[in-house]
Amino acid sequence: MTTLAFFDSIPWEMILWAAGKAIFVIFLVVLPLVSYTVYAERRVSAAIQDRVGPNRTGFPTTLLGFKKDLQLFLGGLGQPIADAMKFILKEDFTPGGVKKFYFWLAPCLAMLPLVSLAFIPFGSSLFGEKMVIANVNVGVLGIFAVTGCSVYAIVLAGWASNSKYPFLGGIRSTSQMISYELSMGLSIIPVLMLFGSMNLSDLVQYQADNGWLLLPLWGKGISWERWFMLIPLTISFIIFMISVFAETNRLPFDMPESESELVSGYHTEYSSMKFALFFLGEYAAMIVGSALMVVFFFGGWHIPGIPDGNGVGGLSFLHALPDWVWGIANITAFFAKVALILVFFIWVRWTLPRFRFDQLMKLGWLYLFEIALANIFLAAAVLAFTSK
Amino acid sequence: MAYIVQRPELTFKEKAYLPSILNGLKITFGHFKKIIKGETKVTMQYPEEKWDAELPEHYRGAPTLVKDEHDRERCVACQLCEFICPPRAITIKPMEIPADDKFAKVEKRPAEFDIDMIRCIYCGMCEEVCPEQAIYLRKDYAITGITRGEMVHNKAKLYELGGVFKGLVHKWNPEK
Repeated sequence: MTTLAFFDSIPWEMILWAAGKAIFVIFLVVLPLVSYTVYAERRVSAAIQDRVGPNRTGFPTTLLGFKKDLQLFLGGLGQPIADAMKFILKEDFTPGGVKKFYFWLAPCLAMLPLVSLAFIPFGSSLFGEKMVIANVNVGVLGIFAVTGCSVYAIVLAGWASNSKYPFLGGIRSTSQMISYELSMGLSIIPVLMLFGSMNLSDLVQYQADNGWLLLPLWGKGISWERWFMLIPLTISFIIFMISVFAETNRLPFDMPESESELVSGYHTEYSSMKFALFFLGEYAAMIVGSALMVVFFFGGWHIPGIPDGNGVGGLSFLHALPDWVWGIANITAFFAKVALILVFFIWVRWTLPRFRFDQLMKLGWLYLFEIALANIFLAAAVLAFTSK
Repeated sequence: MAYIVQRPELTFKEKAYLPSILNGLKITFGHFKKIIKGETKVTMQYPEEKWDAELPEHYRGAPTLVKDEHDRERCVACQLCEFICPPRAITIKPMEIPADDKFAKVEKRPAEFDIDMIRCIYCGMCEEVCPEQAIYLRKDYAITGITRGEMVHNKAKLYELGGVFKGLVHKWNPEK
């Protein structure tokens, strides 16, 4: 093959689209979403605990010669930017006695959850292009493979730090991940059984046509068989949600970090940007978890009555506007749903105390695992008896 | 003495755990709602809201020097405050009042009177010890500066803060 033919054979358009989508999702949506989730976490936790929270830091327009910092409607919206600047400018300290290579590798791996965003359909389509970075047929498996790897960050950090508290955090994290990965994977099987494919974009399209998985109110969803299926699906949802909490190390399952026992767990020895990467990774994992919940159970980008990016479905008078408006509306709807679930994450965190470690293991192995397993058979039975 | 921990039998609802979680979520949401509606009393938002009007009479703010009603410096530079000051914030350089001065009879006054406000702990001992009732802790509490030099109050600044003092002598105020 000549060089020219080689260049011609590369699907440039596809690569550009994929790169564009990746940049849009990761740099323009998810990373800002991460920092503002931290802000929301601080404000919501403050409100729940009868405090005010960060409401002062504005956007530093004083640097441009204005008299006052710019304060938008809530106040304190400049806080995430200030935090980021602090992380970047602080001294990056590597303690003596650490295993340097792994000590540096761990925070890099902590950003791994961002990879699984590639499989998640964040919108219907825009200008005829599907709004998912990698539209692959094994999307579900891909996501589980990537999230399964994310434990390495914590384990490596705990081990490489050469310090007792991070070590304990790493060990706890390993056992926690092993126990909850199982029930997470098993809990999603009834969903896949109902749907019969692992392609996430098709899954969302199916939900748009036939009713959300937990809200079958239109299309093929209005049938007693489908409503009967709601029982195993609800169990699936609850187990999946609990597992996501455990997978993302959120309270009530924040064993690896457990501030009151282990200083701050696996990232005790980390400072500056390396710590920030763990922090970002944790919240990115949260966003991926919520995105998964939205995709599996709450209809992804779909909102009843709103057409998709190809001008299909929805209320007829809405078709007067061009299709790309609805494409963007779908993307917004998806991230709005994700944001709602993130608020729920935060709400739960500031309500529940942490499980004891043995309680955590007991819950994972003795209850969730068994229930998820039984739920598969229940779903299979429901499907078998209701399909004609 | 042996203490027997009571372990009550849990009902199924309590064992199932999920109802109690929902209850907890309800409680936290109640707090959230209340603060959104503005029903919860929260911390005073300091620079905007201040408590200056409600400061009690015996409040111990920045120490200041005062003049009496005849515009005479009350301080006679006895240096008792300098000696009693626990963090040694006060430095006094005394001088003799020249014979042609209106208050020559008083004999002494401070040439320089510096209080280092970085050191001052607002204990009020200078006020307590002063035999002439010349130094008072007033209600200024926000003493700020961007250099160490700025934080040293010299004589002019102290008189500016203190002004003229008449009325009840704080030394005999039992609350102080």
